[in-house]
Amino acid sequence: MTNVMSGARMVVQALKDQGVEVVFGYPGGAVLPIYDEIFQQNDIRHILVRHEQGAVHAAEGYARSTGKPGVVLVTSGPGATNAVTGLVDALMDSIPLVVLTGQVPTFMIGTDGFQEADTVGITRPCTKHNWLVKDTAKLSETIHQAFHVATHGRPGPVLIDIPKDVQFATAEYTPMQKAKVSHYQPKVKGDIEAITRMVELMETAERPIFYTGGGVINSGPAASQLLREFVAATDFPITSTLMGLGAYPASGKNWLGMLGMHGLYEANLAMHGCDLMINIGARFDDRITGRIKDFSPGSRKVHVDIDASSLNKVIRVDVPILGDVGHVLEDALRLWKARGRKVNKAGLAKWWKQIEEWRAVRCLTFTNSSKVIKPQHALQRLEALTKGMDRYITTEVGQHQMWAAQFLGFEDPNRWMTSGGLGTMGYGLPASVGVQVAHPDALVINVAGEASWLMNMQEMGTAMQFRLPVKQFILNNERLGMVRQWQELLHGERYSQSWSEALPDFVKLAEAFGCKGLKVSDPADLDDAIMEMIRYDGPVIFDCLVEKHENCFPMIPSGKPHNEMLLGDADTQGVIGAKGAVLV
Amino acid sequence: MSPLNITKGSTSHSAYDLRDPNAEVIETHTLAVLVDNEAGVLARVIGLFSGRGYNIDSLTVAEVDHTGHRSRITVVTTGTPQVIDQIKAQLGRMVPVHEVHDLTVDGPAVQRELALFKVAGKGDARIEALRLAEIFRANVVDSTLESFVFEITGTPEKIDAFAELMRPLGLREMARTGVAALARGA
Ligand SMILES: Cc1ncc(C[n+]2csc(CCOP(=O)(O)OP(=O)(O)O)c2C)c(N)n1
Ligand SMILES: [Mg+2]
Repeated sequence: MTNVMSGARMVVQALKDQGVEVVFGYPGGAVLPIYDEIFQQNDIRHILVRHEQGAVHAAEGYARSTGKPGVVLVTSGPGATNAVTGLVDALMDSIPLVVLTGQVPTFMIGTDGFQEADTVGITRPCTKHNWLVKDTAKLSETIHQAFHVATHGRPGPVLIDIPKDVQFATAEYTPMQKAKVSHYQPKVKGDIEAITRMVELMETAERPIFYTGGGVINSGPAASQLLREFVAATDFPITSTLMGLGAYPASGKNWLGMLGMHGLYEANLAMHGCDLMINIGARFDDRITGRIKDFSPGSRKVHVDIDASSLNKVIRVDVPILGDVGHVLEDALRLWKARGRKVNKAGLAKWWKQIEEWRAVRCLTFTNSSKVIKPQHALQRLEALTKGMDRYITTEVGQHQMWAAQFLGFEDPNRWMTSGGLGTMGYGLPASVGVQVAHPDALVINVAGEASWLMNMQEMGTAMQFRLPVKQFILNNERLGMVRQWQELLHGERYSQSWSEALPDFVKLAEAFGCKGLKVSDPADLDDAIMEMIRYDGPVIFDCLVEKHENCFPMIPSGKPHNEMLLGDADTQGVIGAKGAVLV
Repeated sequence: MSPLNITKGSTSHSAYDLRDPNAEVIETHTLAVLVDNEAGVLARVIGLFSGRGYNIDSLTVAEVDHTGHRSRITVVTTGTPQVIDQIKAQLGRMVPVHEVHDLTVDGPAVQRELALFKVAGKGDARIEALRLAEIFRANVVDSTLESFVFEITGTPEKIDAFAELMRPLGLREMARTGVAALARGA
């Protein structure tokens, strides 16, 4: 039986075969044949966004909250260029996406045709891999390969550029099973010799620490489970990057909190003072390491990563282990048990005593107020009132993002979606849309700053159209707060362009979109308003007017080592030298 | 402590076998990269080098397996040992890349480059150019009464040396192919 069909139909067929249920997209001339096919079927749901950047972030939210790849469909030229920020965002945070773009017909490529852009050229460094398909006969196989590449090894976004004539032409469909998934088969099993070395170091270490990252989440729920078991069995302390929150539960007794530039005192000092650092699926990002030269000077370092280029990239490690976090943890745990479950008990007891002293500093303490809502307080109340609910959190980028990471607790993986590597303002609202599409009955909250939120606020229209009851929890300080904080600390309090002037009335804006608006400025009204937000059956824009000049602490200024952390405003006088100011 | 011998996939060294991290020695390495001969693959490789700030001293590419659609890219690059390791890892993770060989560390290798030299002159200079070309085993591939085009093959150093000698004798133009390299032995 032959299976000849048009390229456009192939696209839809291939997506179905790959188990795709939702596509986030926006139509245009160069993808009309595909939209025509989408119109004539019911298996795949299409979510019409309001801007292509929103489509990509929504697909990211979908992917991060489900573990499945997100799928995007946009037109040529401006459709593709609008998607670029989302692609880089997904690349930096290792999120699997398959992005399909329309292209002018093959015979017009290179003529500066209407809505022609060199999409594969533009997105080459923005994707894990991309393809321009010039022959319908290769289209279905390429789509299957694209899904394979996006989801194997270190996940990431891939893009397929499909000229319009390729969508119209017909050819034989290649089913998923017959598609050559190329030679691309990254190694998942870690070297057993290296894993043995890791276990040996764990048996004798006096001051060990697990430093985990997004790789644990990406590896899947089994990896988080193994990590929890390992931590419980060894009683080692554990910290995580922004990307890895939820892999180990925030309520777990070994949890030190997030580390890094705005990480917790105890987490950063433990990283600085440890004698064995076990990095699992994190990448020694500069937000984590601070000054490289002084990064955790006295430790042996183990690094488990699925990407060979992450090993020894910024920090030289003693034991690099190339492999999937889940596989390596499984082998390491088995080996550690088989060798008699040894740890250095005396060393550990002393280490925990030291950590308790650091914990006693209570670095997240802030001065609360009965007159004005402190952003930290707002998040504490949000946490208290939503604890135990089926809850997903997304964020925008800025101070509110860091406070959310500090004050909200994540008990499970895939519950926390934030733009880490790229730090993309405008991520949170569309991401919340994508999460809610995947989890229609869950409570999905975007913890936002007013400035970031405005960057993709058009996506409220998407939320309304598809009845997605996303809650937009805006910590409105009428400032580009994080910029203002840096200007205060690094640029002599010259607040250049860091005001959010001429803000809209968010309640009226909500009404204009047809959803609910809430505005609170009195701490006494906060709880009731949060409850009203949660109970409302539909999208809510929550304008939480907060203290305008609050700074986010702890803070390790750029170019400083972990043990030179600022804990509060009193610590900040003249600490950041010219050298640090150069860094971002 | 016994040295770790991690081979497959991981980078070549561990703390027990580390080159001095503070020694900012710049090394030159010749890499052979076997890639799918597909559209954009060279742009991908070059984009990696420019995007991440790596050096390219020389780069050659051609299809070497017509039926398998494989091309071989030979790239000569310089950097600290850590950067060289990064380059190899970054190349290795690209989807159309099948193999990355570091010919500088994998064992002895032969390197050759082809160059064409246009030398114009009369009288003694012309005779001297021809005589030196013979010593360097360069072939004359074009001649007029006032010029030669020499073809020379050899290591980049040999070609550099020949260029130096030709310069005072009327060197007008030169074209070089860049390095092609293979490991010695079977
Ligand atoms: C697209 C983009 N542009 C600029 C920045 C730089 N930036 C980082 S945080 C920030 C301010 C964010 O303000 P807001 O969303 O109100 O959050 P706040 O810090 O006040 O909580 C800016 C401008 C960025 N991260 N992303
Ligand atoms: Mg703000």
